[in-house]
Amino acid sequence: MRRGGVLVLPGVSLDIRAGTVTGLLGPSGSGKTTLLRAIVGVQIVEAGSVTVLGQAAGAPELRRRVGYVTQEPSVYGDMSVRENLRYFARVLGAPLSRVDEAIDEVDLRARAEQLARTLSGGERSRVSLATALLGRPELLVLDEPTVGLDPVLRRDLWTMFHELAETGRTLLVSSHVMDEAERCDELVLMRDGLIVAAEPPGELLARTGAADLEDAFLALAEAK
Amino acid sequence: MSPARTFATAERVLRQLRHDRRTLALVFVVPPFLLTLFRYVFDGQPETFDRVGGPLVGIFPFTSMFLVTSIAMLRERTSGTLERLMSMPIAKGDLLGGYGLAFACVAAVQASITSAVAFGLLGLDTEGPVWAVVLIAVANALLGMALGLFLSAFAATEFQAVQFMPAVVIPQILLCGLLVPREEMAEPLEWLSNLLPLTYAYDALEQVTAVGETDADVWIDVGIVAGCIVLALALGSATLRRRTP
Repeated sequence: MRRGGVLVLPGVSLDIRAGTVTGLLGPSGSGKTTLLRAIVGVQIVEAGSVTVLGQAAGAPELRRRVGYVTQEPSVYGDMSVRENLRYFARVLGAPLSRVDEAIDEVDLRARAEQLARTLSGGERSRVSLATALLGRPELLVLDEPTVGLDPVLRRDLWTMFHELAETGRTLLVSSHVMDEAERCDELVLMRDGLIVAAEPPGELLARTGAADLEDAFLALAEAK
Repeated sequence: MSPARTFATAERVLRQLRHDRRTLALVFVVPPFLLTLFRYVFDGQPETFDRVGGPLVGIFPFTSMFLVTSIAMLRERTSGTLERLMSMPIAKGDLLGGYGLAFACVAAVQASITSAVAFGLLGLDTEGPVWAVVLIAVANALLGMALGLFLSAFAATEFQAVQFMPAVVIPQILLCGLLVPREEMAEPLEWLSNLLPLTYAYDALEQVTAVGETDADVWIDVGIVAGCIVLALALGSATLRRRTP
């Protein structure tokens, strides 16, 4: 497929296991966002097929079953946190009781009445994340959800991701920081639009004999 | 389409406006202010003010809603909220309907305030009923909204969106017959004016305010305006994409 006239993801073949937290890692510009957009079904795909929860990506029925959080927080800056979530809950058909729960899940109770545009960047991305949590989707696609967050909140979010996975949900989380890789059940490493590895972190370390995942990525990148 | 999602969207658009009190104040205060200005600019020619004043009450909402919608929709497109909505179970019709409902309410208030000032304080006379003027004003607001929504797809920045206003709105105001009767224009312009929706809106307003008619001719004009709204909404809907490159 192409973005901005440039051919990206020339050949990608990948299966993501349900009920896991899969990390999509790679430097920025490696094609992570394009791959995620293709899975959510908002990307025009030139060739190939993407199947999500048994249906073609972007099928109307999937719009309630897949939650997507873009890298740039997409919320209405001129409404409060709670107003944003109430609107999206009504669009999703989620019970309004989910609004306060989602606000708590991203630890924004103290900011609930504040206009989104007056929040810090990290807080705004948490509103964006809360929006995707509202409908309790079966597949949650998160594009760099933890950038710029406080380490304590980052840890709490990863704990929540695993709790969601334990209830049978599937999470696909992209990141460009390698220290988040070890928190994932499965890892997909990307570089220049290609998948250089797709396996659990333990197997990746064993296979490459590297001391940590950063070194494993380097070993794979240089072997190419 | 679902009424719940349409109403949720209308409520959301109104909430956004409520948080932006200055815009709301401008929408409600600028038309009466301009009309007052007209009244005293034409102090020596009261017959001119009597002729253009009534139709102007119905034309202001067209301009305001065009501007407000083109910026609001551009923001939806650039902030990522449109993409988010398009990945959710909302029909395009719910989104368009929600915007339409919200702006129709705002336009009704705007036209009522302007009418009260025009027909109450400024001593403007209308032969026909004020409710018909307000009703046509609401139709014009929806026309402005639908055109703004469609054209917002062709603006990459707010600077560009604002420039569409003089490009799209002013020619229609010049050609609709408000300033000069259409039969006195150069002939090609008269033909052109037949293709522009505001011409029919002006005809209806003029019939109501100057002639006092609310007969079939007026409603045919309003029907043509309604047809143009549907057409512009259909074009606008085609610019809301679920998938993008």
